[in-house]
Amino acid sequence: MQEVGTNPKRSSGRMCCICNQRRAALKRTKTLEQICKECFYDVFEEEIHQAIVSNQLFKPGQRIAICASGGKDSTVLAYVLSTLNKRYNYRLDLFLLSVDEGITGYRDDSLETVKRNEIQYGLPLKILSYKDLYGWTMDEIVKMIGLKNNCTFCGVFGRQALDRGAALLEVDKVVTGHNADDIAETVLLNILRGDIARLSRCTSITTGQFIALFSTIIGFCLLQTLDRLATYAYFKKLDYFSTECIYSPNAYRGFAREFIKDLERLRPRAILDIIKSGENFRISTTMKMPEQGTCERCGYISSQKWCKACVLLEGLNRGLPTLGIGRNRGSVNGRKNSEETKGGKSIESKGCGTLDF
Amino acid sequence: MARSLQCFQWFWVSGKTLNMQLTLEFGGGLELLCDSKKIHSVNVEPQNGADKLIMKDLLSWVRTNLIKERPEMFMKGDTVRPGVLVLVNDCDWELSGQLNTSLEEKDVVVFISTLHGG
Ligand SMILES: [Zn+2]
Ligand SMILES: [Zn+2]
Ligand SMILES: [Zn+2]
Repeated sequence: MQEVGTNPKRSSGRMCCICNQRRAALKRTKTLEQICKECFYDVFEEEIHQAIVSNQLFKPGQRIAICASGGKDSTVLAYVLSTLNKRYNYRLDLFLLSVDEGITGYRDDSLETVKRNEIQYGLPLKILSYKDLYGWTMDEIVKMIGLKNNCTFCGVFGRQALDRGAALLEVDKVVTGHNADDIAETVLLNILRGDIARLSRCTSITTGQFIALFSTIIGFCLLQTLDRLATYAYFKKLDYFSTECIYSPNAYRGFAREFIKDLERLRPRAILDIIKSGENFRISTTMKMPEQGTCERCGYISSQKWCKACVLLEGLNRGLPTLGIGRNRGSVNGRKNSEETKGGKSIESKGCGTLDF
Repeated sequence: MARSLQCFQWFWVSGKTLNMQLTLEFGGGLELLCDSKKIHSVNVEPQNGADKLIMKDLLSWVRTNLIKERPEMFMKGDTVRPGVLVLVNDCDWELSGQLNTSLEEKDVVVFISTLHGG
């Protein structure tokens, strides 16, 4: 017979710090207060609402596409954004936009999740494929170039695909959801590479904006750790797909990830603090943006003769897949300025799904 | 089948070994380490005749009996790997003492990897 109180699980059934009515279910990352499930939902959604409002991410009446990968971040973003849109009457027209890179066993499965999300959240879905846009699937690209530089293609093709999808859906903005861990990783990696300038390039680390041809692409950091995103998704029974991209990030990023996870265990708010430090690193001088022209080949915006996607495609089609990646010679754009070379280099070492602004 | 059931009943009645019935759920990709099955209904014996079972014992039981591949994706040292979320009856195990959390009959323990996918 067990005595009352010997089981720490039941005896420590502490009450929620916020409502004082229900049993606490977890600790808040920021304050370590013990809160119940219901209050966790409130706090979680309210923090995202505050970020949207204070950054003036949307204007009433706008058409917004949520970049939907089927993963945790985008599924939570789609769910929370459609919830907040109703709760606070943002008056946004929301859509789901997915890019099918053509990765067997990864993207085909995750797209099934997105198709279910379309029904679950009642948001219209548009899927664009690399095959239709560029004539190449990611599987075919990797077969040709190997695993080393494939994320360059992800980055360049992916962003352009989103923008073209935005044109088809006639939306003003495309928003991609990111978790705090990924942003903290990016901040750390930029510091480790000595690339502080990159941190200062975006208007804000948490809402990096990229003005593309047809739309503005917003990388919106939900400022929630992976841990809390997963908890929210689990409690809310959200349907997401959880297998890593098989052409996945490099080893260096992997180390940064482990390191951050170890830090988090010692001090849960370490992740949020790294992001805060990153924000404070921003240099206040205005960056000179490269002059924007149009690509001679496809008419897309480009600071060079050809846009990055066309350079990469030319390489693939000519059987010179390293064209446009890093320090190659004989570029279609002729002499490269240092900005371009530097840009190419940092794109090269980026993992997919990272904020690239 | 019939024989094992008899054995089980004998143990149960004699009270020498208390089998604790638990529901374990694996998510976020961890299910891939145990035959792609998400929910496991299991009977776990407390260690060395102890009269209670704590999470520490359960973890080593899971590692021996359920994890079929890449145990390093699940554990690091004697606890779960950073990035694995543990919920006991829908409550983060941080609140119940982590490895020292005692388990009771019919508890539901959830393990979710938070590392996969974006
Ligand atoms: Zn509460
Ligand atoms: Zn990639
Ligand atoms: Zn072009």
